Amino acid sequence: MSIIEKPEIIEKPEVEKPDAPPLELEAGEVVRHAERPLGVFTRPQGGRGWRDWLSTVDHKRIGILYGVSAMFFFLVGGVQALLIRLQLAVPDGSVLSADVYNQIYTMHGVTMVFLFIMPLAAAFANYFIPLQIGARDVAFPRLNALSFWIWLSGAIFLNTSWIVGGGGADCGWFCYSPNSGVAFSPSHGVDFYAIGLQILGLASLISAVNLIVTCLNMRAPGMTLMRMPIFTWMLLITQFLLLFALPVITVALFLLMFDRVFDAQFFNVDAGADPLLWQHLFWIFGHPEVYIIILPAFGVVSEVIPTFSRKPLFGYEFMVFSGVAIGFMGWGVWAHHMFVSGMGPISVAAFSLSTMFIAVPTGVKVLNWLATMWGGKLRFTVAMKFAVATVAMFTIGGLSGVTHSVAPANTQHTDTYYIVAHFHYVIFGGGVLGLFAGLYFWWPKIWGHFLNERVGNWHFWMTLVGFNLTFGPMHILGLQGMSRRIDTYARGYGFEFWNLIATVGSLLIAAATALFIWNVIKSRREARHLPPPGPDPWDARSLEWSVPSPVPVHNFDTVPQIRSRDDWWHTKYGEGADGSVVRLATAEEAAQTGEAQDVHLPSPSFWPLAVAVGLPLIGYGLIFNLWFALIGALIAVGSLYSWALEPVDDPDAVHDHHDDHTGHDDSSGPPPPPPESPETPPPAPAEAAS
Amino acid sequence: MSAEPVTTDPAAAAEAAVGHDPHATSTGLSHTKLAMWVFLGSECLLFGGLVSTYLLYATRGNGRTLPAEVFDIPFTSVSSFVLLMSSLTMVLALSAVSRGEPESGRAWLLATALLGGVFLGGQVYEFTAFVREGVGFTTSPASSAFFTLTGFHGVHVALGIVMLMSLFVRSVKGNLTKKNSETVEIIGLYWHFVDIVWIFIFTVIYLIPVD
Repeated sequence: MSIIEKPEIIEKPEVEKPDAPPLELEAGEVVRHAERPLGVFTRPQGGRGWRDWLSTVDHKRIGILYGVSAMFFFLVGGVQALLIRLQLAVPDGSVLSADVYNQIYTMHGVTMVFLFIMPLAAAFANYFIPLQIGARDVAFPRLNALSFWIWLSGAIFLNTSWIVGGGGADCGWFCYSPNSGVAFSPSHGVDFYAIGLQILGLASLISAVNLIVTCLNMRAPGMTLMRMPIFTWMLLITQFLLLFALPVITVALFLLMFDRVFDAQFFNVDAGADPLLWQHLFWIFGHPEVYIIILPAFGVVSEVIPTFSRKPLFGYEFMVFSGVAIGFMGWGVWAHHMFVSGMGPISVAAFSLSTMFIAVPTGVKVLNWLATMWGGKLRFTVAMKFAVATVAMFTIGGLSGVTHSVAPANTQHTDTYYIVAHFHYVIFGGGVLGLFAGLYFWWPKIWGHFLNERVGNWHFWMTLVGFNLTFGPMHILGLQGMSRRIDTYARGYGFEFWNLIATVGSLLIAAATALFIWNVIKSRREARHLPPPGPDPWDARSLEWSVPSPVPVHNFDTVPQIRSRDDWWHTKYGEGADGSVVRLATAEEAAQTGEAQDVHLPSPSFWPLAVAVGLPLIGYGLIFNLWFALIGALIAVGSLYSWALEPVDDPDAVHDHHDDHTGHDDSSGPPPPPPESPETPPPAPAEAAS
Repeated sequence: MSAEPVTTDPAAAAEAAVGHDPHATSTGLSHTKLAMWVFLGSECLLFGGLVSTYLLYATRGNGRTLPAEVFDIPFTSVSSFVLLMSSLTMVLALSAVSRGEPESGRAWLLATALLGGVFLGGQVYEFTAFVREGVGFTTSPASSAFFTLTGFHGVHVALGIVMLMSLFVRSVKGNLTKKNSETVEIIGLYWHFVDIVWIFIFTVIYLIPVD
């Protein structure tokens, strides 16, 4: 191929115009029609005010909403972490009482896992999956909004337990029975935990269904599964893990809730119940959850490293299939969290072996990242630094993970700071650093300006050093025998020095995070004086870089035709006669202009938000007064029906309407069939029964 | 699919991207149908967890009567048969709607909902009978597990009935035509799934003797 064709810009709104349904929203245009379904809400219109964020169904805006909320809860969880470290900085710490300490570390874990890392990964998933597969939105835009609002309502609900529930949950993030029973945890904290996680789980479940359908069904022509960008692949695997793991924790949480609220006997040992049931159910969810946390970061790293090495990802197929293998094997290792529970030598041996095996596909990934960098033309931007640090730190965490799989050693590690060190190396060192790499990498795409690299450099080094100072010493503390979850320790056990170092490290992480926030503000302010980054500032490889930055509301002017893996790269570069890389077109020439008009987009809706408002009310009702639950259920169910009856702007539904000419008028006739109605009822089992 | 040409027609492009036309999706399945299949996959794990819980606790009666001791197999067999027949009427409803016979479609939808309702009535009767015989929700781990499992299934049946009645109302309003018979098919998928789960529950919980 000689020269790349410039993508055709659609010049004129076609003859579609007269047929346009009343609610069709055109890119860059504000529609003046409004309807009043059930007389409650005016059907919202596209715009840029704050109200439009409440009704948005745009996957990019929802991604930003997820990201901003996640960063807020990162600060909340971070403050909790600092409180823990201040309490433990010196022996006989008296910053927190033992009771409050229990609540703080529990909520730190819950917040960081469910309210920070998972939604931050969801932010990237929402924003970039459609862009990477060449789609204009996710399969079900309103369900996407619903996922976010339910997640936010669950997050707020969970945290209100500090105010109205007599404190946070105090049973640790995995909340083992019988500690979680009323006898040992009489405040409402565990109730908020049980119900709050159900609400959060519902959000993730809806999102998982939505994104799986998006990945499987909405790929641009020519994008076979094995041409899908690796980030999208890892997110797809993550969604499958969520899909199958969440119902298991839902069962566990229901049992716990029934025990606490309705006096069921699931974990009442006096009545012959088996507390191990909770452990099994929790970890059947909990171990896949580990991969739910780490796979998105793997996906980010697998995008960042090839871009800044100017090489294709080494062993793409191996990367995909090792991700799939991790996804499968992640289901067969849960009981390694329970080696000291007395479940018997055969189970211990089996899970010990499977745990050793799961290191293999992970090792494949690490080696492939190294091979990608090998001989590449490396550019150490902040994003690349975070990505490389992810690989290094995750490898340390992975190696200490393999030491846990050795059951006899594990019995010594269990419930010590060695475990705390391990999972912070994989979750912070792997997950969080990886997602920071993504933030620096995609920031110009999302906001249309770079994050300042110089400040970013400081952020990176302070985070990395602070992280290692905080969690590195915990290996030593753990092996010295310091138990996790103790609220203080006496002088003379040899814990003083390393605990102080860890606290210093945590303060460094806090300073680095403050620097990051400052960087966000500073970069935004400076952006006015800097040239815009253009569509493809990093000379990257996947489709999101073929559209302008920031991304226009309709994503693609024309749906791209995919001819190869890394199609965007091959649009820019070809192979010369001597095998050298030849530039065919600059990014500016090849990129879409984002000027297309008259692109059909889904219309905003307030109903997802309205449904989400009902769920926490059901939660409060179950805890305090069932009348609240009734009101919440009415709000949720009523909103679901209003949603289903809301006129849909779906092009096909509209075409049906016009092709049929069944005699109904568009505006006055019954609403066109709601294409999403089959999905909307299924979430209800959880609501109805909770 | 990969051979599809680049389209510059905005309408076609929009359709390819938003893609409710089954031919425009990558798999050929419509979004809603694929979503239902995916969701049902998740439901398998939900019932898997609940069934496992019951199997673990089936014999833990807290010194009281076990649920398995008060099962009325002939009665439950009849109500199971009723529920299974509702799958047949569901198929007939889909067949009628997709043939473009809304009246008979409505009749079969109503029949399906009614059979589901009869099953639910049977479950309510069964529950009250068990409570009278001293097996309540809070009696023992076994009874808690039994009521939770069958209760979750009952809630699923109830939601199915709500969806069927919504379809019925839509059909009365003339909005359920040959063209969108897929909606019936998708709700049918859910309905059949709930039936299959009951076959599993009935076999494993009721028919296999404990201890």
